[in-house]
Order: sequence, then structure tokens, then C-alpha cells
Amino acid sequence: MSILVIAEHNNVELKDATRNVVAAAQAIGAEVDVLVAGFSCSDVAEAAAKLTGVRNIILAESKAYEHQLAENISALLLEVAKDYSHILAASSTMGKNLLPRVAAALDVAQISDIISVESPDTFKRPIYAGNAIATVQSAEPVNVITVRTTAFDAVSTTGAAQIIKVFNDIDCGLSAFVSDQLVESERPELGSANIVVSGGRGMGSGENFSILESLADKMGAAVGASRAAVDSGFVPNDMQVGQTGKIVAPDLYIAAGISGAIQHLAGMKDSKYIVAINNDPEAPIFQVADFGLVADLFEAIPELEAAV
Amino acid sequence: MKVLVSVKRVVDYNVKVRVNADNSGVDLSNAKMSMNPFCEIAVEEAIRLKEKGIANEVVVVSVGPKAAQDTLRTALALGADRGILVETEEQVESLGVAKVLQKVVQEEQPGLVILGKQAIDSDNNQTGQMLAALTGMGQGTFASEVLVDGESVAVTREIDGGLQTVSLKLPAIVTTDLRLNEPRYASLPNIMKAKKKPLETKTPESLGVDVKPRVKVLKVEAPEARKAGVQVNSVAELVGKLKAEAGVI
Ligand SMILES: Cc1cc2nc3c(=O)[nH]c(=O)nc-3n(C[C@H](O)[C@H](O)[C@H](O)COP(=O)(O)OP(=O)(O)OC[C@H]3O[C@@H](n4cnc5c(N)ncnc54)[C@H](O)[C@@H]3O)c2cc1C
Repeated sequence: MSILVIAEHNNVELKDATRNVVAAAQAIGAEVDVLVAGFSCSDVAEAAAKLTGVRNIILAESKAYEHQLAENISALLLEVAKDYSHILAASSTMGKNLLPRVAAALDVAQISDIISVESPDTFKRPIYAGNAIATVQSAEPVNVITVRTTAFDAVSTTGAAQIIKVFNDIDCGLSAFVSDQLVESERPELGSANIVVSGGRGMGSGENFSILESLADKMGAAVGASRAAVDSGFVPNDMQVGQTGKIVAPDLYIAAGISGAIQHLAGMKDSKYIVAINNDPEAPIFQVADFGLVADLFEAIPELEAAV
Repeated sequence: MKVLVSVKRVVDYNVKVRVNADNSGVDLSNAKMSMNPFCEIAVEEAIRLKEKGIANEVVVVSVGPKAAQDTLRTALALGADRGILVETEEQVESLGVAKVLQKVVQEEQPGLVILGKQAIDSDNNQTGQMLAALTGMGQGTFASEVLVDGESVAVTREIDGGLQTVSLKLPAIVTTDLRLNEPRYASLPNIMKAKKKPLETKTPESLGVDVKPRVKVLKVEAPEARKAGVQVNSVAELVGKLKAEAGVI
């Protein structure tokens, strides 16, 4: 039994999510390799080699892998992943895009978004926006799995894995990268921040988000949003927390002007402490909040910033 | 160009489901069922392509029980031209659905296939990508913009860091995200008209596809409930509690 983890990176930096996926892999078995597929990404391979308990890093560098196009990377995986019993990636947009393509090519089912490893073939995963937790058992020869990173503690960086280069360069010619519009931020990543401050429709506008950003900066927090705030154009899509956005589980989640729809709760209800600030005492968000404050957020948020 | 859209009948997104007493699944008896919201967005996109003169026919397909006919009729009322129900009482997994759709793609030869990125019941987010693998097509997942241009389609995708645009050779597979469009409502006359549109029924067997589940559901449980919280009366009290009780700031 050996396990291949697909590294999450941007050719420069290894993303934190990879450390959580390696932790999930180690809950399955001891022989864990990490695939770094990209272009000019040897720094990423060096960083991955430091992950505690990893055996080998497989480094595949090619223009065809630069933008993580699923068509090309799945073709690479069919070559390099032949001998693994498990293939794991984060339940990120990269992992979700790539792994089902690999699973279908291998003619195996995929298990999405696992939150625990019960045994090497049995896992728990949320369904129905987290309103039910299914325990599922696979009988497939290869287990293709995406991992909810917030459910596994990141491994540390005391390792010294060997880096093995593979020279395989597959461009299927089905797809091509055109452009990226990435959001630059100095704040911590939403998925791994200790504190998240989120705003909803109640924020009223994109400009008003500046009071949340200012609070977030004082607290060292990431900034999130509800779907309504994203749909209204207040903030970009990468900030959406929820069933169909990002899943977060920080120590502290502050929801301001968010009503608490099932789909939003699905993305944050595993946070350690939840604070809700809403001027409607009946808002469902108060049912999951540890501390609820019925107040106008435009008064409460600046006051909070002054007090922390 | 022909556009094929797949739709799934799921529990309505407003329903908060409960787990069965015997932990075998969730209780859907009497629950309101609707078209999966991401599939609605897929249908809408296909109809817009037809209205723009890019598509000339929109075919909708559903894999599911007899009642999924209603979901197909809804899509026909929204503007799709013809429906195909691949009827089965089995709980078909994503791979099974993708295999059925692969056969339908072989028969129909669409120029573009549009699916929802995820169904809000199983939350798998797999079928489109699997269909792309099985048909050997390119995939534009989590789309917030789809621009068909001759032999290719430019798809802007919602990714974790922002947006990414890729160009795919046609035929291709697209899966929808929330911001792709805002689906219309069906008008009463169109609902009446939809009753006369063609709806064909097939089965996985007639298509030669084995849809037996590969993954066993051992049990389904309710998530751990959060313990009841408290109401605070001021920001000062809140900060006090966060410092003293929670120790998170
Ligand atoms: C398929 C599907 C997927 C979805 N996925 C997601 C998802 O991933 N994430 C997500 O968040 N949603 C998702 N949704 C949407 C979800 O159902 C809700 O519509 C959305 O979460 C509502 O956002 P909101 O709470 O910001 O807005 P609203 O529900 O409109 O709530 C706004 C709140 O702000 C409060 N407010 C207004 N002004 C003030 C003020 N001055 N001070 C304090 N409070 C104020 C109001 O009392 C209200 O409670 C999805 C829906 C569907 C159908």
C-alpha cells in the first residue's frame, strides 16, 4: 500500500493545503509520496521534501503542467501513479477539477471531501451541505480521494524526502491556458487562517467591506463573504465561504450581516468559536453562534476594532 | 451546434434534511424535490446559446427515477427542445452517470455538454470531469463565463485564487458555477407547451451501462450539534468573552 499526494502550488510556493492532505495520507498508511507537477517548480519540490514523513517527491516539470490543466496532469498521473493504492488531493478547485478525471480514466469511483479516515478503505464525508455525515467503504483497486483540509492537522516540516525527477511531457492538445485574474492579498489564506471575518449582504456595498478589512488587519485575520455578497459584486468569488465555496474552520469566525443560510453554515460551522453580528434577532446565524450580538454592524465593527 | 445538458432531481435547496432513525440515509419522504440549482444554471446557459444563434438544439438528459420526468419537463418549459430520461431506481454514483452520459454523447454528438458543477445532495462535484475523461474531451469546470468561438470555447473558471480562463477545443464539457447566469422562470404558456415536447425514455441496460454502486454507504449520521451559545449585549462584553472564555484573541 502506497499513497500519492498531489501537491497544491503555483510553481513558486507550496500551498499549506498540501500539509493537511499529507496528514490524511498518513492516517491511511506510511508510504507517502508527493507529486509536484508544474513548470520551473523545483522550489516547490524542495519545500515538499521537508514535509514530515514523506518518502519521495516526484517532480514533473513541463510547460504542459504549468497551469495545472486537468487534461494534461491526468494524463501524467496515469503514467506515474500506476503503483499506488491511493491518490489524494485537497478538495480545492485544483483537486476537484483534476481527480474525477483521473478516477474515470482508471474506471474507479472517487470519494470526495473526506473528513476522517476510518480504515484504508473506509472514510467519512459530509453530504447534503453537511447536514448528514456518511461513512463510505470503497472496494476499488485504487482509491481516488479529495480531502477536506480543515479536518486534518497539517504535518510539520522536519522531513528530508528524496526528489525523483520524471521526464514526461504530455500535452493532450485539448485545452490551453489563456489568462489568470488572481486576487493578491497580504492577509492570511482563507482556508488556513486562525481568524476569519466575513461579511454578507448586510455590508451593503463593496466599499463598506473596508471596515471589515480594517478589523481583519488588526486581528491578523482573513476576510470571507457570503454568496450574496459575492453575487452582488461587493467582493470577488474567491472569498465565498460555504457549501459551494470555501470551507473554513478557524478558531474564531466572525459573521457580520450574514443571515445564516444552510449553504453558508456548511462552510463555517466547524469553526471553534462563532460570533454573529446581525441587527435581526431572528436571523438563523444566531442558532450556531457561540456569541451573538444583535446590533448594527456599522456601529459594532468599528467598536470591535477599537477594542481588540 | 447541438448542446446537451444534464439535469438532476434533488431535494430542494431550502429543505433542511434529517437523518433516518436507522442511520441508513436521509429522510426524503414528503420533501420538496426540485432541479439541482447548478443544473438550472446549465439549462439557462444552453438556452442563451440558442437565443444567440450559436446553438440550434438543446437536448436535456436526466439519469434517475420516473419522477425525474418532472425535472426534464421543467427544463423543456424553460426552453430546451427535447428530453431523454435514462430511468433507473438505483442510486447511481457519479461514475455511473458519467458512463450513461458518455453513451448519450455518442448517440447525440453534441458540440458542447453543460452540467452543474455539483449536486446539492451528494455534494460530489465529479460527473462533468468524469464525462470529460470518458469522452476524451477538454473540461471547463466551475464556469462563470462561456464564450463559444467557432472551433473552440473560452471558459472563465472560478478558482480558489480568483479566475482562470482556458480555451477548449470543441466538442467540450463545461460545468457551471453560481455566477454564470441567473436562471429565468418558466412562464405558464411555456409550461403548457413543454407538455407536448418530445421526451424519450431509455434505461442504463438499453445503453449497455452497468450502474451498480462501487462504494458502500455503511451509515449516515447527523453531524455533531453545536452547543447553544449566548447573547451578548455589547461589544465590550463580546471582547471580554472572547478573551476570557474563548481565549481566541
Ligand atoms: C446552489 C446554492 C449554493 C449556494 N452556495 C452558497 C455558499 O457557498 N455560500 C453562501 O454563503 N451562500 C450560498 N448560497 C446562498 C444562500 O442560500 C443564501 O442566499 C446566502 O448565504 C445569503 O447571504 P447573506 O446571509 O449575506 O444574505 P441575506 O440572507 O440577505 O442576509 C443578510 C443579513 O444581513 C443582516 N443585516 C442587514 N443589514 C445589517 C446591518 N446594518 N447590521 C447588521 N446586520 C445587518 C440582515 O438582518 C440579514 O440577516 C447558495 C445557494 C444555492 C441555491
